[in-house]
Amino acid sequence: MERHFDDELNDMKRNILKMATMVDESIAKAIKALVERNPDIAAAVEADDEAIDMLEIEVDMQCLALLARRQPIAIDLRFITSVQKINNDLERIADLAANIAHRAGVLSKNPQLKPQIDIPKMAELVRAMLKDTIAALVEKNTELARTITARDKEVDEFYVHVFREILTYMMEDNGNIKTGIEHILIVKHLERMADHVTNIAEDIVYMVEGKTIRHKFEK
Amino acid sequence: MDESIRISVKKFNAWYGEKHALKDVDIEIPRNRIVAMIGPSGCGKSTFLRSINRMNDLIEGFKAQGSMLLDDRDIYDKDIDVTKLRRNVGMVFQKPNPFPMTIAENISYGLRINRMFKGKKDMLLQVEKSLIEAGLWEEVKDDLDKSAFELSGGQQQRLCIARALVIRPQVILMDEPTASLDPISTAKIEELIQVLKKEYTIVIVTHNMQQAARVADRTAFFMLGEIVEYGDTAKMFTKPDKKITEDYITGRFG
Repeated sequence: MERHFDDELNDMKRNILKMATMVDESIAKAIKALVERNPDIAAAVEADDEAIDMLEIEVDMQCLALLARRQPIAIDLRFITSVQKINNDLERIADLAANIAHRAGVLSKNPQLKPQIDIPKMAELVRAMLKDTIAALVEKNTELARTITARDKEVDEFYVHVFREILTYMMEDNGNIKTGIEHILIVKHLERMADHVTNIAEDIVYMVEGKTIRHKFEK
Repeated sequence: MDESIRISVKKFNAWYGEKHALKDVDIEIPRNRIVAMIGPSGCGKSTFLRSINRMNDLIEGFKAQGSMLLDDRDIYDKDIDVTKLRRNVGMVFQKPNPFPMTIAENISYGLRINRMFKGKKDMLLQVEKSLIEAGLWEEVKDDLDKSAFELSGGQQQRLCIARALVIRPQVILMDEPTASLDPISTAKIEELIQVLKKEYTIVIVTHNMQQAARVADRTAFFMLGEIVEYGDTAKMFTKPDKKITEDYITGRFG
């Protein structure tokens, strides 16, 4: 049976997908700003973050309105409560992209520490995770969502690797400490992004299967 | 709380003439719990409810098979006293149906026909106790001699609940008890049901999903005369085991 409720749920889903696309673009732009040492691109990311914040509030309001008006149960309830969490995680990722952009802006005014190779690679991993997670959401594909946790570990390893590398630059020359710290914070931001993507993937498994896989809870 | 089983049903089948209304129903209803029966119209949930106090016996062509135990006694045993059974299994209907008597007489009626009181003072005490239990006492204590029809719909329904309580049943069956009530009266009845489960076992048929979700400890989903799914209400309304249950309770059905 066709339900008007489904139109409302789809509307909310479209907003989430739109938000995911904007967040992905923000990550890409933030890394571009870093690689190209371009403060204008960095400033654009910070402006985009405001639009994402607005969308977050809109989705939040949609969730609350549907909870109040429809008293959803079962899959509808799992979908709406999952969207609330996914919405929040996406917004946090956007904030981290804005932080990276801000640091890229600072770095563009300082001498380059080293050519950017690892950070863009790490960012690509995170973006691929985000894309697959959103695909898993659209297709209700929990098999795909479950692969995300393992890929989060790859990003964690990347973080440790880049951290050590930057540390050597700082040990070599304490004039590198300021830019070195900026680099370390950027990889930390990327690592946190991957954690948020992992949260989203876990929410998708809960939404579709009703199973909790957070905190190694999978039974 | 005591989790022992009050009603145990195994391979229960029922027919209205040729129509096979209940098919191999297996269910256990624990003591001091509220169990909701949900499902589309004609799914057998009301038939099942009315089988518990043998109300269906009054329908021509009704036939039952299988076992339905109330505290280990088969309700359908040949030598069971149906009147006594119905005293143990009270019922509240969709539309409040007070007797054309005063408020007090409505309640004391059951006491009188069952000779369950010792003198007038005892009778009045029991009437008062039941009205308190049904949450109606404060509203009617000065009007006990007025006609029951002067009460509002919600009050009449609570009067019917008090009337069922006065003869101290073990089980209370409720067939859509709030279907004809406004939201405030509905909320009062739902609150009352929660209080009553401390003393009684309650089986409630409802078309209102949210009501089942709000009041019941366990929920049974009926379809085409069978129980499709039966279990913990919180689980049923967050992640039912079966897709068909999910489709029904979220209104995607049919």
